[in-house]
Amino acid sequence: MSVEAPGRPDASGRGAAFSGAAGGDELTVVEPLIFERSRAERRAVRFPQASAAAREAAAGQPELPASVLRAQAPRLPEVSELEMLRHFNRLAHLNQAIDLNFYPLGSCTMKYNPKVNEWAARLPGLAESHPLDPEALSQGSLELMWLLAELLKEISGFGAISLQPAAGAHGELTGILMARAYHRANGEGEQRTKVLVPDSAHGTNPATATMVGYQTVTIRSNERGGIDLDALRSALGPDVAALMITNPSTLGIFEDQIDQVLAAVKESGAIAYMDGANLNAILGRFRPGETGFDVMHFNLHKTFSTPHGGGGPGAGPLGVSERLEPFLPRPMPILVDGDPEEVRANAWAGRSTPGARFALDDDRPQSIGKVRSLYGNFGMFVRAYTYIRSNGDSGLRTISEDAVLAANYLRVKLHDVYDLPYDRLSKHEVVFSGRRQKREHGVTTLDIAKAILDHGIHPPTIYFPLIVEEALMVEPTETESLETLDHFVGVMREIAELAATDPEAVKRAPVTTPVGRLDEAAAARRPDLRYRFGDEADGVAPVASPPESEAPTT
Amino acid sequence: MTYSPHTEADRVLMLDAVGVESVDDLFADIPATVRAGAWDVPPPLAEQEVRAELARLAGRNRIPEVSFLGAGAYRHLIPSVVGEVIGRSEFATAYTPYQPEVSQGTLQSIYEFQSLICELTGMEVATASHYDGATATAEAALMACRLTRRSRVAVSAGVSPDYRRVLQTYCSGPGIEVVTVPVDLAEGGDGTTDPSAVESLDEVACFIAAQPNFYGQLEPMRDLADAAHAAGAQFVAVVEPTSLALLEAPGKYGADIVAAEGQPLGIPVSFGGPYVGLMAARMASVRQMPGRLVGATRDEQGRKGYVLTLQAREQHIRREKAASNICTNQALMALAATAYLAAVGPTGLREVAELSATQARHLAGALGSAGLAERRFGGTYLNEVALRVPDAARRHAALAERGIVAGHLLERDEPALRDTLLLAATELTTDDDIARLVGALEETR
Repeated sequence: MSVEAPGRPDASGRGAAFSGAAGGDELTVVEPLIFERSRAERRAVRFPQASAAAREAAAGQPELPASVLRAQAPRLPEVSELEMLRHFNRLAHLNQAIDLNFYPLGSCTMKYNPKVNEWAARLPGLAESHPLDPEALSQGSLELMWLLAELLKEISGFGAISLQPAAGAHGELTGILMARAYHRANGEGEQRTKVLVPDSAHGTNPATATMVGYQTVTIRSNERGGIDLDALRSALGPDVAALMITNPSTLGIFEDQIDQVLAAVKESGAIAYMDGANLNAILGRFRPGETGFDVMHFNLHKTFSTPHGGGGPGAGPLGVSERLEPFLPRPMPILVDGDPEEVRANAWAGRSTPGARFALDDDRPQSIGKVRSLYGNFGMFVRAYTYIRSNGDSGLRTISEDAVLAANYLRVKLHDVYDLPYDRLSKHEVVFSGRRQKREHGVTTLDIAKAILDHGIHPPTIYFPLIVEEALMVEPTETESLETLDHFVGVMREIAELAATDPEAVKRAPVTTPVGRLDEAAAARRPDLRYRFGDEADGVAPVASPPESEAPTT
Repeated sequence: MTYSPHTEADRVLMLDAVGVESVDDLFADIPATVRAGAWDVPPPLAEQEVRAELARLAGRNRIPEVSFLGAGAYRHLIPSVVGEVIGRSEFATAYTPYQPEVSQGTLQSIYEFQSLICELTGMEVATASHYDGATATAEAALMACRLTRRSRVAVSAGVSPDYRRVLQTYCSGPGIEVVTVPVDLAEGGDGTTDPSAVESLDEVACFIAAQPNFYGQLEPMRDLADAAHAAGAQFVAVVEPTSLALLEAPGKYGADIVAAEGQPLGIPVSFGGPYVGLMAARMASVRQMPGRLVGATRDEQGRKGYVLTLQAREQHIRREKAASNICTNQALMALAATAYLAAVGPTGLREVAELSATQARHLAGALGSAGLAERRFGGTYLNEVALRVPDAARRHAALAERGIVAGHLLERDEPALRDTLLLAATELTTDDDIARLVGALEETR
């Protein structure tokens, strides 16, 4: 099989996205699977042999009985190091990424991931720190976790932090388990059986409620895109455990009646949960912990710029109010010897505090327990700490100001060509609708997204939130230059124009990408989820399948 | 330091376009009563300053010169080429491949990952990844409950105590009862689970056992699987991935679901994360699996490509009826595991497993013949061994001060195991490391 790596997007991003695949009718040969590159006896890494002394010393120890041994060695690929590296580098060329081009995927905060964060996470003193090493050997890791928690307290206004959850949805699970523990401790565990979730919420919110055994009640939005206060008030009652609310919302709108929402929740005795996915818009402007929210998860991979990694790792720390603090997961990093103010002041000045000692506190009798092994995605804590310290007070404020400015700029530059169901001040993102293009020209939002691909730009999130017809959810972030934003505006206007003049051209897109539109229905009908070796029968059997939605979200 | 590209002129131009006077006007929708008060966040740092701060913290850790610590996280060689692969911006700074046409790199690598995990475990389908081994185990238990429509799960006490705590928390959500089946910790016992205790379990959705178990002992997995099936339960095997170069694939001894911590496959110990949870199962159960799956398909021109598939299980489609709330997983760590397995290949992985097992035996043999330690259990072990060492806690602490970590003190997890150290070897364990441990234990006798 001859292999040609498709080209990378050109530097400007204004030409063909993937030049190697553009033009002509020659089919791009996609990189074969690593298994197809395998040749018996080829190898990359070698390991030493056990010494004669080692074998001799081991002689008296029990051997592995044949009954536990593997009959057939796993058929891992056999490749040289160069072939292996080329394989993955060629795969890399098939990806769009922040470091290549604009990636305004709404709700995901695809901002620049600074490289000094990567440098920090790879420091041997941190990367080689074993989680079960004696605490005396791990003071740096523990201090870093403690300091990050201190900073997250300041940023969120909450009094206590858990770093343990591994992602936003994991933080939700932890927070709702804590809400339930709180109600149980107050003798209201049995009566409170419902979680209220607005109709604009991420799918993780209702899925989380189910995992904690709660029934989800959906609260409709009002005509301005906010929570309908009357609907909320009539749903709240002694049977409600929590309200989960994303603020700013998935419409990119700040809940401007948040004070009334929180007052109503408080009166009902429910827990107010804030999905902090969109914190990037409100740093230094709104601190949920000081307004009446009980709990919020952060997404370190959004607001604090740890790389998304193609879908993780993330980190979803929780901030909580005083009344939920006893229920936080254990263990927690604590300062056992030393004055917190002094330790903070010293760390802010780049100094260690003599005599300060950190430990993991596992003695938390009301804790909901552990939600993850060990302590959380520590490598993400290193990056987030580095990022927060780099930006500092003024930098964090600038992040939100510029992110909000960019979203509003796109709103005013595009709202004449794409419908804007909720035409209000934007926060981190702006949600357009492609309904006009669909109605007038038969061009769907999916078509528009695919046409954007041909301009080397990653499309916005589409078909989410669910309350916007043909939604296009654009989150530019603060790290995109005015030229990039203007270029995107030009692309979006050009596509709108093309939809009107030559809708079929839009529906044919993309034509410059390594592959065209893929048959997702066939993928679901006949799931082919792994490589099959030559001697294996084709085990791909049709599976009765519920219809697949074409609505990707974050 | 700021990463904003905007000049003041840019900002003025943009504010004008939006039609507001100042940036504060963009936040006018935040009610005055809830606007943020003061915070105490330190001022920005230049790169050289922030580097100094991180170097300070890294320097406050003491990385031991010699370590036999494992207990769930293992220091293995990470080939340089693995770091090169996961450091590529195109992988690291992409997101979930919702637009498959520009995400084939991520998608194909996940398909390769799924294929590799299936091949290692002998299973038919593997997910794109979970947070870690503990949450993969907990999600496997919930999956078994959906498959069997039962609401109790059983777990061997040989499964890591950390995993069992996470399992307990996850099961507390929907109100699933967790039953623990003991392992034989008696003097002279073999530290494994008794299959007859599993057979008699009543109405459990699954039985979960680990191979090797937390104490390093090899469990009778085939008998445990048969016993679980006799009880009408799914058998969930928790495995260590490098061991699968030598040990029987779980699919061959009757595992219905496999969960594992993938950290040993090219991921640093990094104070507990990020790691990667592995999960594999039988194809008949795929609709109840949690998390993302990538499948192969074709485009309109017949070119092969990869997409996220069977998404009707997932939260963004099914919302409250989803199999799990998981969204972001550990994709870049799954890529590390994929690159690692490609780099070491079948021969390299076998060498890792064999050398680890040999050095564990070297360690146990050397300490035994010096009269410093004896095996706590009968039976057999693989790469990690529980040894009785008199006055273990004191000597463990004394050795740590000298930069030698003599494994994990098991009495922290199990009071019945006083004076017992769990010592791990990997291919990085040298003869000299073992000699230093022997010497240091001699000196603290």
